[in-house]
Amino acid sequence: MIIEIGHYALVLALATALIVSTVPLIGARRRDATMMALAPVASLTMFVLVLIAFAALTWAYVVSDFSLRNVWENSHSLMPVVYKVSGVWGNHEGSMMLWLLILVFFSGLVAIFGRNLPETLRADVLAVQGWISTAFMLFILLTSNPFLRLNPAPAEGQDLNPVLQDPGLAIHPPLLYLGYVGFSVCFSFAVAALIEGRIDAAWARWVRPWTLAAWTFLTAGIAMGSYWAYYELGWGGWWFWDPVENASFMPWLAGTALLHSALVMEKREALKIWTVLLAIMTFSLSLLGTFLVRSGVLTSVHAFATDPTRGIFILAILMLFIGGAFALFAWRAPMLKSGGLFAPVSREGSLVLNNLILTVSTATILIGTLYPLVLETLTDEKISVGAPFFNMTFGLLMLPLLAAVPFGPMLAWKRGDLLGAMQRLYVAAGLALVVGLILYYVENGGPVMAVFGIALAFWGMFGALADIWYRANFGKLPFNVAWRRLVGLPRSAFGTALAHFGLGVAVLGIVMVTTYQTETVVEMKQGQTAEAGGYSLVFDGMREAVGPNFTEERGHFTVSRAGATVADVWSSKRIYTARRMPTTEAGILTFGFSQLYVSLGDPMADGGIVVRIWWKPFILCIWGGGLIMMLGGFVSLSDRRLRVGAPSRKARAAKVAMEPAE
Amino acid sequence: MMRTLLLALILAFSAAAPALAVNPDEILADPVLEARARNLSSQLRCMVCQNQSIDDSNAELARDLRVLVRERLVDGDSDEEVIDYVVSRYGEFVLLKPRLSARTIVLWTAPVVLLLIGGVVLVLMARGRLQARDPQVLTPEEQARLDELVGREPNSGHKNITNNSSP
Repeated sequence: MIIEIGHYALVLALATALIVSTVPLIGARRRDATMMALAPVASLTMFVLVLIAFAALTWAYVVSDFSLRNVWENSHSLMPVVYKVSGVWGNHEGSMMLWLLILVFFSGLVAIFGRNLPETLRADVLAVQGWISTAFMLFILLTSNPFLRLNPAPAEGQDLNPVLQDPGLAIHPPLLYLGYVGFSVCFSFAVAALIEGRIDAAWARWVRPWTLAAWTFLTAGIAMGSYWAYYELGWGGWWFWDPVENASFMPWLAGTALLHSALVMEKREALKIWTVLLAIMTFSLSLLGTFLVRSGVLTSVHAFATDPTRGIFILAILMLFIGGAFALFAWRAPMLKSGGLFAPVSREGSLVLNNLILTVSTATILIGTLYPLVLETLTDEKISVGAPFFNMTFGLLMLPLLAAVPFGPMLAWKRGDLLGAMQRLYVAAGLALVVGLILYYVENGGPVMAVFGIALAFWGMFGALADIWYRANFGKLPFNVAWRRLVGLPRSAFGTALAHFGLGVAVLGIVMVTTYQTETVVEMKQGQTAEAGGYSLVFDGMREAVGPNFTEERGHFTVSRAGATVADVWSSKRIYTARRMPTTEAGILTFGFSQLYVSLGDPMADGGIVVRIWWKPFILCIWGGGLIMMLGGFVSLSDRRLRVGAPSRKARAAKVAMEPAE
Repeated sequence: MMRTLLLALILAFSAAAPALAVNPDEILADPVLEARARNLSSQLRCMVCQNQSIDDSNAELARDLRVLVRERLVDGDSDEEVIDYVVSRYGEFVLLKPRLSARTIVLWTAPVVLLLIGGVVLVLMARGRLQARDPQVLTPEEQARLDELVGREPNSGHKNITNNSSP
């Protein structure tokens, strides 16, 4: 019964979505307040209905109702409850439900927080959200319905894929989707602006916080996913340039560009048309990612959806929304007025450079991801585009960007002073180079480029500190005055500095691991010792253990440094009973920012076992940097100016004051 | 979700044996040769895997290819010769970083071309903006209104204004 209620709620949600898609839109054209007022109410109703459907599905998973085909295929009665719940989205149908839930959640947020928006704009935005919701509800109900029953109901489920039985599944997809789908709001705002043919101050003030929120979640989601792959896959890689990863990375890059161009638009009313285009592109890349993964077009294996109707359906959604939005853009964008003049060397100019590089990087990844597909379609010739290509092209594109980051915040709006910025930054540059040399020395040399890589990372970090230092005017003002200024700085200033600092930290991790990681592959017998990263690992032997739905063989290692025991670690290989599927559970030890990563291989005929030990110096900086960036996002979001419900008087006053200056 | 799929697939394809990549018995005694072998392996695709190099993969075919690469290196082949040999056996598909050719010219030149296009557009727009600051030509209505205000003959107005404004 509960299942049927859920199913029915989803159908009702579709009906509601159709209403949201049409009535407010007509209302906005006719200036009919009643019709427009329907938008928030219906959007919230839609959210509640989808929530009921999602809850019903979750309930079926929790009680292991195997009469539901989806539950039977992806769950097992012996699984821990947390994996039963996260298993809801560990499969195609369920993950589309999560996608939808988050989409209507954002519609609900716009409905609640959008009270101060102009009526027509709110109606249009919610209607566009309604279109996207309609498309995805149709997709779920027609091709990927999780509410289908089995008769007779099987007694036991087929278990969730063992790799997915991990806390990572509980956290990573919701975070990723909050980011990915969050960009739908920016898209809807952009399309609404194009429909109305104008962009006013309210539009500009609104787009930035939504972009920031989506970007922050996406940053967290990608970092989390990278760490999950790192510890779960058992060979210590943290980024593979897999098409599936690229699918989430492209919206992030485009979203980062959007974040920066929205800043220019909000502060200076410039780059309006470009921001609209970027908002459309960012969500289009989210949709494209969904298409690439869901349709199975990349290669057969990614197809949870083996059914071609799904692929064609998603392709239709894709063409409708991306094609439609771009057509609308081509038609209406010339009507939008651009404003805000600026010199090439200025804050705006630096943000334009940021946008140029980020957009080209996004395009490079897009081309690299799709190239084999297109080439094969056109010429029947098969080529591969993999990590070596992306590392080279993307790496080269990032170098100028990383070098330029500290300059941006130092330049004034409208017309900046590059020489002045350099004078403020030479200390940071010098220090960065010194730290680069020190770390190079500590790590006993290596390629000379490493010095510059490390220096580039610290340049980013010190540059962010210098930004705050000069904003508070330390050094010129007496300390206590400067301190008061520091405390009084807007939160968005700290957000910017944190995000840029985090970028530097992540770069440091990447450079250090790439340059200095060591890998030891040895066959070990009980009592034997291996060396890695200055630590000695003694293999104490294997032991068998049994988990709730798996059996495992665990190897124990005692780790010592300079003769003293510092830690011990288990590394294991599991067999999940239901699917007879093996997984590797690496043993990971953390020392400061660095990690020892111990992974078990095959047993050998003579009683030994293959052991792989990696020393990963500073690897935690990679995700730590991501977390700092995320923190920067949240700090910036908490800025009073961006509290979307209540635009401060100060902001309004500032707006008025700025007008004559232009 | 993206990542979960990736995880599932990688494992699904390596399910046969939970071993990983290079095994101790494959490693060459000469560390220089071994380093070259690792470098080459990371650029060669495991043909039966999803986006994995033979260095990362534990598939049987990847192992064969790793051993082949090492054999060629021991026989004294240069890196290029090894790559050429592997390509002659398995085709361009085996290269994770495709070679520059008529087929891949768009792929390789795209970043540079896009940067150039973007740069040129920006320069043109910046110039356009600077020019936009210069006084614009008045529309006929504005001109008529201006003429009316200053009390001039309607037809001669425009000329006079331009003449006056350029010293």
